[in-house]
Amino acid sequence: MTLATVPYWGQTLIKVLLVLIAVPTATALIVQTFLFKVMAHMQSRLGPMEAGPHGSLQLMADGGKFLQKELIAPARADKKVFVLAPVIVLISTFMLYVVIPIGPGAIGEDLDTGIFFALAVSSLSVIGILAAGWASANKFSLIGGLRAAGQLIAYELPLVLAVVGVVMMAGTLSLQGIIHAQTHFHLFGTDLVAPFALPQFVGFVLFLIAAQAELTQTPFDMPIAESELVAGYQTEYSGLLFLFFYIGEFGTAFGLSAIAATLFLGGWWVPFYHPTGLWGDLFGFGVLFAKTMGIAFLIFWIRFTYPRFREDQLQAFAWKVLIPVALVNVLATAVFKVVIG
Amino acid sequence: MSDVTDAPPSRSIGRLTSEGAQELAPRSATPPQVLQEESGAVLRLAEGHVLDIEDLDFEVREDETMIINMGPQHPSTHGVLRLMLELQGENILRSKPVIGYLHTGMEKTAEELMYIQGSTNVTRMDYLSPFFNELAYSLAVERLLDVEIPPRATWIRMLMCELNRVTSHLVSIATMGAELGATTVMIVGFRERELILAFFEKVTGLRMNHNYIRPGGVAADLPDGWRDDVRAICDTMDKRLDEYNTFVAQQPLFHQRLSGVGAITAEQAIALGASGPILRSTGVPADLRRDLPCLAYDSVDFDVIVGSAGDCWDRFLIRLNEIRESIHIARQILDLLPTGDYRVQDRKVTPPPRSRIDESMEALIHHFKLFTEGFRVPAGETYVPIESPRGELGCYLVSEGANKPYRLHIRGPSFTNLQALPPMLRGGLIADAVPVIASIDPVMGDVDR
Repeated sequence: MTLATVPYWGQTLIKVLLVLIAVPTATALIVQTFLFKVMAHMQSRLGPMEAGPHGSLQLMADGGKFLQKELIAPARADKKVFVLAPVIVLISTFMLYVVIPIGPGAIGEDLDTGIFFALAVSSLSVIGILAAGWASANKFSLIGGLRAAGQLIAYELPLVLAVVGVVMMAGTLSLQGIIHAQTHFHLFGTDLVAPFALPQFVGFVLFLIAAQAELTQTPFDMPIAESELVAGYQTEYSGLLFLFFYIGEFGTAFGLSAIAATLFLGGWWVPFYHPTGLWGDLFGFGVLFAKTMGIAFLIFWIRFTYPRFREDQLQAFAWKVLIPVALVNVLATAVFKVVIG
Repeated sequence: MSDVTDAPPSRSIGRLTSEGAQELAPRSATPPQVLQEESGAVLRLAEGHVLDIEDLDFEVREDETMIINMGPQHPSTHGVLRLMLELQGENILRSKPVIGYLHTGMEKTAEELMYIQGSTNVTRMDYLSPFFNELAYSLAVERLLDVEIPPRATWIRMLMCELNRVTSHLVSIATMGAELGATTVMIVGFRERELILAFFEKVTGLRMNHNYIRPGGVAADLPDGWRDDVRAICDTMDKRLDEYNTFVAQQPLFHQRLSGVGAITAEQAIALGASGPILRSTGVPADLRRDLPCLAYDSVDFDVIVGSAGDCWDRFLIRLNEIRESIHIARQILDLLPTGDYRVQDRKVTPPPRSRIDESMEALIHHFKLFTEGFRVPAGETYVPIESPRGELGCYLVSEGANKPYRLHIRGPSFTNLQALPPMLRGGLIADAVPVIASIDPVMGDVDR
């Protein structure tokens, strides 16, 4: 029995369930691997070691702890918005996963405007963050929420412009279409098949920097900035609602890494070996997973290495460096597209 | 900034406890005189130096300011410093450090403790540089007693103090990393500190609050194999300092975040009583190790690190390079440390060795008298300043001839340096407030005492 024989509502249900499982799993992977272990080993320490072998079950303990905690809202908080805000952030993360292709035939929904949809839903989270900052009735939260809004809007532009170069080369907005375009792309008219990371290297770097900022990871973690703003817009959150923000942050980190792997590294595709059918999808999933973790490693490596930007430096970097470079990149891509064909 | 954020929760608390002058009132409710005083910290600036409250390079819109309270429970106010800030957007218009949350009355306690017990008390004041507290106290007592301590004790004191300076500066660098979000820098700083703390534990038995430097010398001689330990520390630190250079000092983001932030001039620094790295960062080559050499600082070779801009970056680099100088001094001490006694053999001041108590009646009496009555110090008063990692640490001691001090006052460098905070913060961004506090490197135990 294949998925095609299942009625539409059944397919949808399966997809929703898969996404519901995928996001927390991805979050757990990212947090366990990078935040707990890679970070610890980079900093000459061990990280959590007690729960499970080499601390591998630490997240179970942490998750259990979050679930047990009381949900506290400040007396002056706008209770409805306060509860709704992390849910909005979480929904934005879930929707991002719908369009990520994990194999030649495996994708939540192969939209014609896939990448457009992904970028649109990923920027939904800013509404949740702003709402959280405002509803918490806390000055630190408010400053954090406003900083987040300013930052996410400023870095949305280079992110989109970096994608524009890829879309122009592929000639489609569909994520599966972009992967297919990469399988047929020949570098400088030679026989060498190359993913878009090579011809769009500038775009790739821009995308990674902008993604870093969208994810509010150091050096772009001004909105949370625990040394100044306590925890920014998350200050007043506890228990499950805090966990929602947590999943939102690291689930999106995995999602955006997967998008970057799809756009620039060819997603589930590898040269010389092209299985099909169920095995093809499983193999594709493995390939995409490896590429995603590689990109996530880059993001978190930078996070552990750099101090954070100041608000004015952060804005100046977006508007004076990233956006002009992105525009030039788009222009150059257009010229090459016309000249080389 | 509507009803949500302007809600004054402090008003309801204010009915129960009077916070007095600690609260920062809104601009409209503050008389001009007070505004002016606040901008000059606790106003020790000369008349001409009082900052003009209108000299900020952006327009102050009276109705768009927000008063925010940082601390005393805040992740990065270095303990329990509380900071009231008036913000316009992200810009700091006014600030007011509020202290006293760690006040435990240590100076008063010192009046109740015998001289022989005193160093256990003072060592807890500036808990990041305990040896310096003990040293200032011991030097003051010794000066009133008029005893000459043996040269080996002097050199051991110097060795421990210089290593302590390294650990203290490492904490400063580590916290600066933490404030800027560079967690790796934080971990690295504490990692190296651990190495030296292990040595302290070997020598004194404790990692902090050592009670090692006492009136009359030091508590114990250096243990066997100490040379290897110190050499290992020096070698490791030399290697790690090069790492810090590439990792921190040449890191463009660090430079961007710190240079030009929280700058003060030499005149301001002197008028506000700042000392240590804060004064040196403004270009004043003031180092009590050189200006008023105690111990044997005049027989070792070291450089006084001086900055020029008076900003956070200079203060940060000064600390980084002072670690190098301290290691350099420690290496010289390895060669120059004389042999001999580690404390004076005056039985009125230092207890006899344990073995003598079983053999000699006189030793037993000395031991008994010393630990029940202590020793009496001739009447008089003295002030001994030394260069602690944070600046001038002074001990003012008054004796009436009893076995307890009449008055002990510590001039804490953190306390006076903290006065420089409001001028440094003015007009800056709230994001800069945290590194500026870190660059002052206050230890609240030293501020409140």
